[in-house]
Amino acid sequence: MANGESPVGADAPAGGFVQLLTPDGERIDSVTTADGVTYSVDFTDGEYRELYQDLVTVRRLDAEATALQRQGELGIWASLLGQEAAQVGSGRALRPQDMAFPTYREHGVLYTRGIDPIMPFGLFRGVDQGGWDANKYKFNGYTIVIGSQTLHATGYAMGVTMDGKTGTPDGEAVIAYFGDGATSQGEVNESFVWAGVFHAPMVFFCQNNQYAISEPLERQTRIPLYRRAAGFGFPGVRIDGNDVLASYAVTRAALDQARNGQGPTLIEAYTYRMGAHTSSDDPTRYRIASEVESWKVKDPISRLKAFLTKQQLADDTYFAEVDESARKLALDLRERVLAMPDPQPVTMFDHVYPNGSPELDQQRAQFAAYEASFEGSTH
Amino acid sequence: MSRIKEFTLPDLGEGLTEGEILTWLVKVGDTIELNQPIVEVETAKAAVEIPAKWGGVVTRIFHEAGTTVEVGAPIISIDTDPGAGPVPSAESLAAVEVAPEEGSVEPGMIGGPAPGGRTAVLVGYGPKTATAKRRPRIGTPPAPATAAPATPPPAAAAAAPAPVTQPTPASSRPPAAAPPAPTQPTPVTPAQPAAAPAQPAARPAGPVLAKPPVRKLARDLGIDLTMIAGTGPLGSITRDDVQQAAATASAPAETTVTESIVTQQAPATAAVFDASREQRIPIKGVRKLTAENMVASAFTAPHVTEFLTVDVTRTMKSLERLKSRPEFRDVRISPLLFVAKAVLLAVRRHPMVNSTWSAATNEIVVKDYVNLGIAAATQRGLIVPNIKDAGRLTLRELADALTALVQTAKSGKTPPSDMSGGTFSITNVGVFGIDTGTPILPPGEAAILAFGAVRPTPWVHKGKIKIRQVTTLGLSFDHRIVDGELGSKFLRDVGGFLEDPEAALLSWT
Repeated sequence: MANGESPVGADAPAGGFVQLLTPDGERIDSVTTADGVTYSVDFTDGEYRELYQDLVTVRRLDAEATALQRQGELGIWASLLGQEAAQVGSGRALRPQDMAFPTYREHGVLYTRGIDPIMPFGLFRGVDQGGWDANKYKFNGYTIVIGSQTLHATGYAMGVTMDGKTGTPDGEAVIAYFGDGATSQGEVNESFVWAGVFHAPMVFFCQNNQYAISEPLERQTRIPLYRRAAGFGFPGVRIDGNDVLASYAVTRAALDQARNGQGPTLIEAYTYRMGAHTSSDDPTRYRIASEVESWKVKDPISRLKAFLTKQQLADDTYFAEVDESARKLALDLRERVLAMPDPQPVTMFDHVYPNGSPELDQQRAQFAAYEASFEGSTH
Repeated sequence: MSRIKEFTLPDLGEGLTEGEILTWLVKVGDTIELNQPIVEVETAKAAVEIPAKWGGVVTRIFHEAGTTVEVGAPIISIDTDPGAGPVPSAESLAAVEVAPEEGSVEPGMIGGPAPGGRTAVLVGYGPKTATAKRRPRIGTPPAPATAAPATPPPAAAAAAPAPVTQPTPASSRPPAAAPPAPTQPTPVTPAQPAAAPAQPAARPAGPVLAKPPVRKLARDLGIDLTMIAGTGPLGSITRDDVQQAAATASAPAETTVTESIVTQQAPATAAVFDASREQRIPIKGVRKLTAENMVASAFTAPHVTEFLTVDVTRTMKSLERLKSRPEFRDVRISPLLFVAKAVLLAVRRHPMVNSTWSAATNEIVVKDYVNLGIAAATQRGLIVPNIKDAGRLTLRELADALTALVQTAKSGKTPPSDMSGGTFSITNVGVFGIDTGTPILPPGEAAILAFGAVRPTPWVHKGKIKIRQVTTLGLSFDHRIVDGELGSKFLRDVGGFLEDPEAALLSWT
């Protein structure tokens, strides 16, 4: 895979990227990198439509969450607006046995894993700790600490190798998501070292959305991020992060490399965070409107819609149906979020040890007695 | 559950306590949809649009644009079922459902139960008074300050988990609002006998028992803890004890002062010096920001200001010649353009004045680019938008940028991005007819130039006294970075350019 120059798309940054669908909706059959690796996709008409539906649904649910935050129903929300293609493409490339380690923004990956989108809302509403069964969903907890999940993922991937589950076409692979800002973290660099040295079945998927909160990319790196991989001894490739087809094709290939025992890959999905870092952030304070405008024309959904229209794979009736179905899902999500019960204070002791401990039980009893000492208490 | 729902201002960004209503996007009587943007609110963190939480018809807007509203206060009410016939009158609605003006009622309760049976307590952070949050204990003797409430305070109902059968707001409201004011659990009620000033004798001997936050509160309020009798466990002093002591200590003192003033003033002219002749302006927005920046800068960067009076007759003539050139025919240019150019060229010769003292990293950050700030007086107050990378602009581009910057500032539309990242600023006090000043550095900048009025002045020119166009420049600089020598050289160069721009251009560039 390419450590040198990637092929140049029409709107690519210096050094190029892998692009299979242009912003105008033109399909590029296949792309071969400088290292001679060829990427392409072979989707049926229905699969193209499904990808479109994924993108629209993920964006609509995200918009509903942003509204819920503004209405005081969520404490905070990290919007994925603009990054749908990177997430949906890579998420759809995962096989059921693959394990994903997300950040707090990977709502699109979560959705493509077939998980009920409500799962992370308890965390953002502050009614649970976001602790779901990572093994059941093959989807680790949302990690708030920047970059730490790459170490967890690498350790997990090394474990997969020790279990003898790599080295076959049906082996397991692990994907870790992180952002451009995380590449400056020690943890991410350490995980590169470990994954590289131990040949871990890993895909490092970096969504370079150009900003680490307010810090622009030029303060993170002097070279394109995908080229960092070369120093750690594994391949790096940059993709057009707003192209769901490129995201799918390259991630699928990298995962297959990993599951076949060929070691890790770094994918840099070159994209843009169209919204704020989180609902507590005001991006107009650090970036200019013309820059945001220049990314609007690269929108991941409109290019796929243009493609579907040009190829006569879908018509306005279909698009309206997709919108309506996404709207209903969003309303359903809203109602279920509003219905989430507030936790009882005593439940904070429930998730410390799997089987409790004498000291913890004592603390729980003391706290319950204290709570019960108030009038109107239900304890 | 009422079909009229009130939307309270949520905490929009992790720990905010208030927001300013910028613009209402809907008005009373409008039919709105779920998630339709209804209002723009600016908080300390961001200006955001709030989408409607329910569809329906707007029945009331509580605060006009420009008001600063506390988190948890109602801002709009919406009839969620307008098709169901007429709404009860506004008076009965207020009585039944809202009563936001009654201080003891938690604003979060007013919306009634939210969908799904969740009690709609205050979103974001709780009400401000500690007493409203505190639930009464079972079987403990009531503390003096909270003595007497016959019924549980409204907070108790709000803090309890949602009962199986949710009482409607109509049924729960009257008991909460019914108790007359004196029975409200207010921490400081002078009328209560228990609130009498504590005597030193009442305190048991030995060290004072009080938790650190209480000690801090006492220090902040100037209360001597050894003079208070504690009512907490083991005789420890509680927050309420301190607040009570503060209230009883300050009340008589204020009275005395007022009386003495009145006695002194009354016989003379009977002039009134009270609130009726005072205007109280909330400190917020640009004024607040300006104040914070000025204080931060004035008390961290040691300022030095130097002055230079220069003959700018040649600059004024060059300006006239420039105006007649076709390239500059359609742009308004002023001496400020030359001052800006002089600064940009002088910065190139003395880059250190275009730098930042970074205490956090223990570095002086010298910038290769000049984001040239121009102080502008606007209706909203002083703002200092800057021209990004002004050093790269041609003179014509610089003239255009200056014009655009001033026009945008005057129309109040300067985006925040234009106001951040400045590296060197100019304040054009001359437009007010002022000769010069000692400007305060914008935070993060090492120097700022004041450009005074240009006046015809008797001046020694080529050995004779002539009437020349003269102005005074004032340069303030951060003495941590810029020494007197560097500041003087820089100011001398700016002055030198203005005295003879053409010669300076030829010799410097």
